[in-house]
Amino acid sequence: MTDLDQLESQSIFILREAYQRLKPLAMLWSLGKDSNVCLWLARKAFLGQVPFPVMHVDTGKKFPEMYEFRTRYAAEWGLDLIIGTCPPVEEIDPSLPPAARSAARKTAGLAALIERHRLAGVIAGIRRDEQATRAKERVFSPRGASHRWDVRNQPPEFWDQFAAPIEAGAHVRVHPLLAWREVDIWRYIARENIPVVDLYFARNGQRYRSLGDQDITFPVASEAATVEEIIAELYATREPERAGRAMDHEAEDAFERLRTAGYL
Amino acid sequence: MNAPLSNDPAAAAAPTPIVIVGHVDHGKSTLIGRLLFDTDNLQDGRLDAALASSRKRGLGIEWSFLLDSLQAERDQGVTIDATRLPFTLAGRGFVIVDAPGHRQFLRNMITGAAGAAGAVLVVDAAEGVREQTRRHAMLLRLIGVPEVIVVLNKADLLAFDPTRTNAAAAELGALLARLEITPRAIIPASARDGDNIATRSTRMPWYNGPTLVEALMGLSAPLLPVSGPLRLPVQDVYRQGERRFVVGRIESGRLALGDTVVIGAGGHRAVITAIETWNAPAPEAACAGQSVALVLEPEVVVARGDILYDPAHPPERAMRLATRVFWLRQEPLRVGESFHLRLATAEYPVRVTAIDAVVRIEDLSAQPGDEVPPEGFADITLACAEEVLFDAFRSGGAGGRGVLVDGYQRIVGGAPVLGPARRHDAIFPLDAAVSHAQRAAAKGYRGAVFWLTGLPGAGKSTLARQAEQQLFAEGIDAVVLDGDTLRSGLNADLGFSPREREENVRRTAEVARLMAEAGLVVIVALISPQAAMRAAARRIAGDLFFEVHIAADAAICEARDPKGLYARARKGDLRGFTGTDGSYEVPNAPDLGLDTGRLSIAEAAALLLAFISSAIVPVASETRR
Repeated sequence: MTDLDQLESQSIFILREAYQRLKPLAMLWSLGKDSNVCLWLARKAFLGQVPFPVMHVDTGKKFPEMYEFRTRYAAEWGLDLIIGTCPPVEEIDPSLPPAARSAARKTAGLAALIERHRLAGVIAGIRRDEQATRAKERVFSPRGASHRWDVRNQPPEFWDQFAAPIEAGAHVRVHPLLAWREVDIWRYIARENIPVVDLYFARNGQRYRSLGDQDITFPVASEAATVEEIIAELYATREPERAGRAMDHEAEDAFERLRTAGYL
Repeated sequence: MNAPLSNDPAAAAAPTPIVIVGHVDHGKSTLIGRLLFDTDNLQDGRLDAALASSRKRGLGIEWSFLLDSLQAERDQGVTIDATRLPFTLAGRGFVIVDAPGHRQFLRNMITGAAGAAGAVLVVDAAEGVREQTRRHAMLLRLIGVPEVIVVLNKADLLAFDPTRTNAAAAELGALLARLEITPRAIIPASARDGDNIATRSTRMPWYNGPTLVEALMGLSAPLLPVSGPLRLPVQDVYRQGERRFVVGRIESGRLALGDTVVIGAGGHRAVITAIETWNAPAPEAACAGQSVALVLEPEVVVARGDILYDPAHPPERAMRLATRVFWLRQEPLRVGESFHLRLATAEYPVRVTAIDAVVRIEDLSAQPGDEVPPEGFADITLACAEEVLFDAFRSGGAGGRGVLVDGYQRIVGGAPVLGPARRHDAIFPLDAAVSHAQRAAAKGYRGAVFWLTGLPGAGKSTLARQAEQQLFAEGIDAVVLDGDTLRSGLNADLGFSPREREENVRRTAEVARLMAEAGLVVIVALISPQAAMRAAARRIAGDLFFEVHIAADAAICEARDPKGLYARARKGDLRGFTGTDGSYEVPNAPDLGLDTGRLSIAEAAALLLAFISSAIVPVASETRR
């Protein structure tokens, strides 16, 4: 087995555990590269048909290319798509820095979806190598009734045994891609020929490396216009992946505060 | 299929996971920061952030700030959770798991270390072995990390002196030897200054061993147990139209189309007729580590928790398991507690029936104990009502990776399964101070005496033997005392005079009481014709005594006459025979009466078993300790 085969098999194992243990279950689809890979792995795990709904928490501020992508592939892949809306920024904690406050709309939208559908499990395509706070995540990450992430009191997780504690109003965030690196995602996209939004590919010396809301996501300098060129760029770069995500850089603890409150 | 089925290192480019462990403040985070810096593995953002953080706090470069990415951690000056960092050495990928040194965060260390191919144990050369050094080393062994590299950090505090450094190395070597760990290297180093991390120290010219980087490069890439016997724990069964797919990840070995596999404890066999995939060519074979979806013929019953295995190499089976736990719950583990034992995808209800030894962390010695403290280690026996299929745990292997979960599905401990529990393998035999109640709490049932009285031929011995067999099958220790057996040994000196019969009953009752107090379910099959005799027996055995009248008409008993005694008595060969001399006194108020003249043997046995089962449930005072 190659390293990609091993990552793929491990992710499929996690997705099948989630489907067996957490009912009802849904997968988050942000339309980004990671969540497309996650969705692709679900199609592999369940032999073509994703057996649970796919949710897009829509801030209403995504790039037009992302909405086009959503419409096209939801139909092509036969997805049971649920679109959730987010409250206006005025309803969000004003003590957060501006970009983090804007990003926190998504947390509120997600919480509403989880409550409306009484979800026991939510699959999200986050990775440990994206961000230092995410590096501390578990594959099965239990969230109490308030959806808060208790980073100081996480369950042990070893030998592929995942805890899914029974608690009223609680749910489990499932992270099948935790062990993948950014370059693994692109190598897998290349191997499997997985479609992604065009914004990832360089135009006029710039490309998006990470996709979020239009107003708080910025392109990076790049000439990588194909998947292969992106892979080559990633092997060479020393820039962190989320350099273009404004909310990560406003204050030392901004992203941690977002995550503790239930952000992805 | 395109992926080669082998452990060929050229084909397996997966990064090697390593874990960094050691006592708090012995320099783990500093070691990692320095290692990444010296091997050109820092992303610019991370270094900038560390520099900015250090400057903000008016310090020089604090390498550990690279890892302590949470605000709270930096303010406390300690790392509170495992962090993962990928890096490369000469083109080879590694992933570092930084584990915390604080005792209460042991579960984070386990989370990081369980999948590691190697561990770096960091020890302060001046402080030497400390509590967490021992605890972490013990865990490395129990979770099965195959390779250990020791860094003897802060060698500058020993002035790089070879004699003092070697003495510290010897102390460490002795600790690891006790745990049957042979370290790949013990490296004297100064992580802060970079001595023997990536480059050879000029201040320790006497040291000839590898640097840390050299030792890491020498680690074997993680091997998947491809060559072992086939084990495929079933995760789930999916249906698509008429087709049914058995899904799971191969734990060890390999499988191919046309292979016959055995399914779970039931032992049914089936043939693999297809390996289903989506968006990939269907393979003809698959190996350890792969997630597969199989079509089996014929369509035998398969469910989550079943294990598919190679008929030529079956796993072991046992209802009582010897396990070595590492305990992760805040409250201690006690005898008598019930859990679920997870083994791969299987989940068995189990009860802790004995704590055989508790490890004393101060010297890693095995001690007797009646509880396992949080973050403690112990050998315990688990009893299950059904047969558990397992492979014994070994370092780096996939078998026997038992995990205990509580009623809320929380993971409360690791329980590597060492093998079937032998009945008398407790290292510290229970002494007389163990009360009947404690035994009852430990075993989940209490010892008692079931005194079967009745005419010869009523069916006492037959029913006693059947009950014994069925109780044993349920994991309950039962024993039959019958008149003939006792008279051939213990009571060989006794005849059949009234006095001798009384003595026969007295001795039998005394023996039964001792056995019941030792936790056994004792079934006595004895005519015991006089009410006074049975009253005496009840006095001896006290509240553990239950009188069971096996009733049948004298005519029926005589017709059965299993031992030919009625015939002999009728011929006059046997004098004073209870069956024919009319001396049997029918019990007035037995605890249970069974009429074997009306009931079949099976019906009577079932009633007897039901009565025994309800009578041996521990009373409330016995379930609490």
